[in-house]
Amino acid sequence: MTKKTPLYQTHVDLQAKMVDFAGYDMPVQYTSIKEEHAAVRNNMGLFDVSHMGEFRVEGPEALRFLQSVTTNDLSTIVIGQAQYSCIPNDAGGIVDDLIIYRLAEAAYLLVVNASNIEKDYNWIAARNQYDATLTNVSDQYGLLALQGPNALAFIDGLSDLDLSGLAYYHFRVGDLFGLSDIIISATGYTGSGGVELYIPSDSLVGVWNHLLEEGKAHGLSPVGLGARDTLRLEMGYCLYGNDIDDTTSPIDAGLSWITKLSKTENFPSKDLFITQKEAGVKRRLCAIQVEDRRVPRHGYQIFSEDSQLIGQVTSGTLSPTLEVPIGLGYIDAPYHKKGTAVLIDTGRKKLKAQVVKAPFVKVN
Amino acid sequence: MNLPEDLKYTKEHEWIKLHDDNTATVGITDFAQSELGELVYVEIDTIGESIAIDEVFGTVEAVKTTSDLFMPLSGKILEFNPKLDENEEDNPGLINEDPYGDGWIVKIEISDASQVEALLSAADYGALIG
Repeated sequence: MTKKTPLYQTHVDLQAKMVDFAGYDMPVQYTSIKEEHAAVRNNMGLFDVSHMGEFRVEGPEALRFLQSVTTNDLSTIVIGQAQYSCIPNDAGGIVDDLIIYRLAEAAYLLVVNASNIEKDYNWIAARNQYDATLTNVSDQYGLLALQGPNALAFIDGLSDLDLSGLAYYHFRVGDLFGLSDIIISATGYTGSGGVELYIPSDSLVGVWNHLLEEGKAHGLSPVGLGARDTLRLEMGYCLYGNDIDDTTSPIDAGLSWITKLSKTENFPSKDLFITQKEAGVKRRLCAIQVEDRRVPRHGYQIFSEDSQLIGQVTSGTLSPTLEVPIGLGYIDAPYHKKGTAVLIDTGRKKLKAQVVKAPFVKVN
Repeated sequence: MNLPEDLKYTKEHEWIKLHDDNTATVGITDFAQSELGELVYVEIDTIGESIAIDEVFGTVEAVKTTSDLFMPLSGKILEFNPKLDENEEDNPGLINEDPYGDGWIVKIEISDASQVEALLSAADYGALIG
């Protein structure tokens, strides 16, 4: 049986098309993926992403503990700052990718993918040899993403907090609509700016309705997970379960920038990642633009022009902004280089495509 | 769901309008277009070909997914709706707007009329999609 966020009935009342996503009954679209996508790129849109999981890690050794299970260097962030990171497994793969918020000197909030909540919790808990507590608080938090170029100014006008100077991957904690301790962070999965709001589950429906009411005059509308996927793909962002998983290396996935091999603490597969890095690129997650009208889809094989199997598509869509098919996929060296012509096999025909530089869409 | 009584249906969510001259018009159902979401491209690269029942005769692309089109009856592809064809009007959204009308996909010539009996009625198809 699928799980529901506190906004389930609200989505149904808004006549959203509901689908099973990561075990949750979620809105894929309200009116149209293309329209919702354009709203976020040009103005702003509101997403319910409460299916995401949250863990708290607290205690004198919270930092040491988290450094030992994640690849990025968490010692570099201050209170009020967040960091994108990943949890590696022992076989060189990825347990999950996540965002870590530093709430206090020795208190962190981990935000993980819905499909991985139980797996992540068990994995992290099993490695807690530190003076720190790990608590799964997923059911206590709802998460709304208010995304788009006008989102930050809009929420700034509604909140007592001064959010005007809020830098990317920073957050403030304060009052919103009479609720206290709301986390407002300049993060998101769209590339168009905006904020994410961490709200107590029992207040989620009220905040959602209040935002849509206040936003009516500003053209604010709800946006489903369909547009969330097209927005993230235009930016070349990875989706766990599609582009990265338990078998993919963060080095191959282009996540070297969050895999800090020079940090002093050890973490699972660190030596393996160092070896991979020294050996040079074997394969790489690439951005692919198709010259045909057909769309590349997860699982399609990728061939070189001389018919060698060189990789596989992991994500694909029609870019609503560019109106051309785009995708991500792992491609063997040396075919991973920008400008390389490749062929994508749909099963019935081979589509001409080219390796390009991500992001597909430049957003101001 | 809109299920016109005068059409036949398949479990692959296609509708068939039978004509007197042994031809038929084929499209996808209202249920199918709703499940697929906004259609962005229709590819029919089999015009003039004779194709057996259940074989693929084309593909539709939606933003989120790709779906092959299967022959509801053995026959020959006579015509591809020029309103959908990328070389003509290139308006695949017509399938979403009017799946049983302007959004028709191909016209076929039926090669084995006995296969018609196995097609679903509107009531049978309605029961299938619940």
